[in-house]
This record gives sequence, structure tokens and C-alpha cells, in this order.
Amino acid sequence: MAMAVEQLQHLIATDHPPHPVVSPLREPLILGHKGAADVTEDIGRLLENPPGRGWWLLFAGAVTLLSAGLVAITHTITTGIGTWGLNKTVGWAFDITNFVFWIGIGHAGTFISAILFLFNQRWRTSINRSAEAMTLIAVMCAGLFPLIHMGRPWLFYWVFPYPNTRGSLWVNFRSPLLWDFFAISTYFTISLVFWYLGLVPDLATMRDRVQAKWRRTLYRLLSLGWNGSHRTWSRYETVYTVMAALATPLVLSVHSIVSFDFATSLLPGWHSTIFPPYFVAGAIFSGFAMVMTLMIVVRWAMRLESYITIQHLDNMCKVTLLTGSIVGLAYLTEWFIGYYSSNPHERYTIINRALGPYAWAFWTMVTCNMIVPQFFWFKRARTSIPLIFALSLLVNVGMWFERFVIIVTSLHRDYLPSSWAIYTPTLTEITIQLGSFGLFFTAFLVFLRLFPLISINEIKGVLGYARHK
Amino acid sequence: MRATNNHTNNTRFTAAYFKREEDLLAATREARTKGFAIHDVYTPYAVHGLDEAMGLQRTRLAWIAFAAGAFGLFCGLLLQIWTSAYDWPLNVGGKPFNSFPLFIPVTFELTVLFSGLIAIGVLFLRNRLWLFKRRRVFERVTDDRFVLVLRQPDASFDAERAVALFAGHQALNVIEGDEFV
Repeated sequence: MAMAVEQLQHLIATDHPPHPVVSPLREPLILGHKGAADVTEDIGRLLENPPGRGWWLLFAGAVTLLSAGLVAITHTITTGIGTWGLNKTVGWAFDITNFVFWIGIGHAGTFISAILFLFNQRWRTSINRSAEAMTLIAVMCAGLFPLIHMGRPWLFYWVFPYPNTRGSLWVNFRSPLLWDFFAISTYFTISLVFWYLGLVPDLATMRDRVQAKWRRTLYRLLSLGWNGSHRTWSRYETVYTVMAALATPLVLSVHSIVSFDFATSLLPGWHSTIFPPYFVAGAIFSGFAMVMTLMIVVRWAMRLESYITIQHLDNMCKVTLLTGSIVGLAYLTEWFIGYYSSNPHERYTIINRALGPYAWAFWTMVTCNMIVPQFFWFKRARTSIPLIFALSLLVNVGMWFERFVIIVTSLHRDYLPSSWAIYTPTLTEITIQLGSFGLFFTAFLVFLRLFPLISINEIKGVLGYARHK
Repeated sequence: MRATNNHTNNTRFTAAYFKREEDLLAATREARTKGFAIHDVYTPYAVHGLDEAMGLQRTRLAWIAFAAGAFGLFCGLLLQIWTSAYDWPLNVGGKPFNSFPLFIPVTFELTVLFSGLIAIGVLFLRNRLWLFKRRRVFERVTDDRFVLVLRQPDASFDAERAVALFAGHQALNVIEGDEFV
């Protein structure tokens, strides 16, 4: 054998042909003629370098917001829901608006990781990891609101159908609020394991390169002894596809079920069959806007311009345009049906939204959700980073107001004029909302420091994209 | 595919390092046609076409996921129908005790939950991936190197032919040893 190996030494080619020519038809997904080792280095280094001043500043800001939110939550729980601006007429307002807002944000990650995977959209590889992390964090932020709205959050386990000493008195499986509990907990669990599954090979890469002892231990623990065996990869790919196929209807089901919370009631403005598709489109619309907002900051701050290219932003703008237009069409349909139903209550709800005391919220919503995304028809808007950033922020504002309009304007004036009321948020509610943003950014900043924010192994798989084989 | 982890301790292995995916694929294909026993291939990312090159059977994990989903569907329906219609029937707004169409959302969620969790659980068990697991990892294989490992089942293993094969595909290095995994 020794002889054979010696023989080999001079047979082995030391020179390799240069990178194959780039196809004139397809743009490469990753710029800068990167090799596999460059990818490991570029992404790995981000975790090994100490965080910069910008990160600490953002982190301090986020933790401050989070702490303020925790104070407000403590105040709510120790004093009661009376600390909020809710009244007998408007029983849902800021809390449920924020809940639906965050759940909506949480739709983009799994859309990107599952639906775009099944459609073989390989550009997803640059953004899926951080979008999935964003999803998990947003679902946590969302879960916070129904929990504290319960008033006695320590009894939250009553929503589980478990045998109990009250009879067993079971939960009511006919209630959309219970469906919501099942949908969101399933969504969170499946998104978490899907995200972790994608992380395992990257954690092994990090395990084999980091120096810091605590990181080595963390990555050794979580990479489960991954060694890149193809027998493992082969099964892994099958299960990854199965998970994508499962997560696809799951994404659609979650916001459909959230919309049932409203659609199955009899309130004018809520009782509408258009709600499930309308809510799903709105969720993906707002989720993509949030992904763009975050990715623009991340690619700039972490110098990832060759990984998250203008092409990626362009594609995301197109998805935002499509889903934004579906949302716009849904608004038009809702208004038309309100008029066409000849139901005075339905008609009044639409008119009250546009001209009543909350008209300012309604017109903010219309401007941000119907008009703003239409700019993305133009290539110039889809490739100008400051413009994308501004427009995606406006979409986020618009989608928050959409939920506020749906919830508050429908409730505050319904069938019984003697019960009509006005809702104004209290400082406690506003602080809890800011606190949820604090939680979101704190957790996202921690994620950026703890796990590879771009899927290293998937990027290596698409390096050959657009090169002649 | 089945006999991955059943080799005896005295089996020796020959491993070749490659720099490029194409070379690895070609070498694997040739090794298989020339009748070498391919122990495994180690890669930094999922290389497409390697299943065929190694002659791997299709995994049955998709069927396991399907069966798990069917089990979840059954459990979901059973839970809801039994609690709502048999154990403690409650009249909610005059709806029938077994209000099946209203049970669809929870049934669907449990189907997905069972299928996903069981599929991933079985994947980890089948691949022997678990917390604190330690394995030999080939140098740079989680970074940018590809490694093809051949088994030497008996004395008939022709090392020179193997080395010539590797060399023909721009192998970077060849090593020998026992117990690679």
C-alpha cells in the first residue's frame, strides 16, 4: 500500500481548472466567485468576531424596550385587565391587533423555507435561515398577547384537553379560539424543528472551526455528531422535503384559523367568507416586508452584500407586490360586498370605517397596503435599497393598522347603538406593544450572534448555479 | 443501505479526499462499476446525484411520515369525538355533540404535528444523531472537502487499482485506517 500511495503522489493533479464560465442566461445567486471554504469563512467569522458597537447599541435599545414591556405586563397582571383601555363594547383591541400582527410577520419564514423550497426557488437559501428565526421569534411575541389577555395567565394550561378534577370537563373543540391554540402551538413546534433540522449540518461546520470553548461545547451538543455522511444526507434530504410539504399547508392553515376567530362571529365587518385567503395573503405580505426590513439592515451591517444580493431583494419585492395586490383586491371585494349585501349594518360598518372616528387608521391602512406596494411594479423601486427599506416599513405600519381597523372599528359600533363606544389605548397597552418589539429585536440580535444567519450548507449547494458544468 | 453500521472491527478502509463535487461523483460512479465496496461518502452539503452514484436504495422515511400523519389524524378525531360526544357531551349553541366539520382544524393540526415530529425523530434515531454524540469527522469535510471511503472486505482488495482510480479523478490525498465511523 505504501508503494501505491507513493505512486499516487506524482499522479495527483495539483492544478485544478479555473472556475467554469458563468452562464449568460442566469445570474449567479452568490456574487464574487466564492468557493465552499469562502462561505464557511464569511459566515463563520461573523460569529467568532466580537460584536461591534452597532450591535451593542441596538441590543441596549431592544433590552430597554423589553424591560419597559415587562414592567407594563407586571402591572397588568398584578392590577388586572382594567389597566387597558378596553370596555364592554370594545373587548379586543391593542392586544389582539398585536397578536394578529405578529402571527402575520411569522408567516414569511415558513413561506420562504417551505413553499419556495417546493417550488425550487433556489434564491431562498440566502434568506431562509434568518427568516425562519424571525418567524419563531414573531410567534413567541404573538403568543404573549393572548396569554396576558387571559387575565390569569398562570391558568393558561386550561386550554389543553387534559383529564382534570372538574369532571373531566373538556375544552370546547367547536371554538375557533381553541383551534387557534392548536394551530399556533403546532406552527411553532413544526417551525422550530424544521429550523433546527436545517441548522444541524451548519452547527457541525461551526463545531469544527470555532476556538471559544463555550461555543465548541454548544455546537458539539447541538450538532448531534453530524459528520457529513451521505447516507445521512440522503435521508436528511427526504425528511427535509417531507417537512416542507407538511409546513406548506400548515402556513396556510394558521392564518386561516386566526381569521376564523373573526369570520365565525356574527359581527358586521368580521362575518365574511373572504377572510381566510385575505388573511393569509396579508400575513405573507407583512412577513415579507419585515424580512426585507431586517435583511437590508443585516446585509449592510454585516457586509453580506455578496450573499443577500439586489436580486434577492428584487424577488422579495415581487412577492410583496403580488400579495399586496391580493390584499388590495380583498379590500375592494369587502367594500363591494358590504354595499351589495344591502344589509344596513354591513353598509354602515364600511362607511364608518372610512368616515367615522377611526377614519385616520383606515386611510393609513389603505395608503400603506393598497398604494405603497404598487411602487414595486417598477424595477427602479425594486432595486433601490433606501426605497425598499422605506416602503417595507410603511407596509408594516399599514398591516398593523389593518388589524386595528378590522378589530376596533367593527366592535365599537355594532348592532346596538346604545352600546357604541370609543376605544383609546392606555400607556400600559402601548408599553406592552413596544415591549413586544423589544422582545423581537432582542431575540433576533441574540440569534445573529449564536447561530449561522445564512445556511452555510445550502449556500455551498447553490454556488454552481449559473455555471456551466 | 441497511448494513452501514454493522462492519466488524478488523475491516480496513481506504479514503480519498477530493476538492470538487464533479470529481467525487465521477470517482464514486467508477468505484461502484468496478465493484469496490463503497462504505460511505462524506460531503459538506447534500450532493445531488450521489444517491445513484453510490447505488443507495430509496429511504422509507417518507412512508413513516405518512403513517405518522395518519396516526395523528386518527388520534385527533378520536380525542375530539370521544371528549365532545361520549365522555362529557356539552350542548354548545344547539350544535350536535359530534360536530364533525368543526373538528377538522384541530384534526389537521394534529396530523401535521405527529407526522413532522415522528419523521424527524425517526430520522435522528436512524442516523444515530443525538445530543453529545461524538464521531470521527474527516478533516475539512464540514468545510470544503469531499471524502470517498471504500471498504476492504478481504485480502482480494486491490489497493493499487483503488489508488489509480482516485488519481484518475484528481484526488488530493489517500489515507488508510480502521474504524472510520
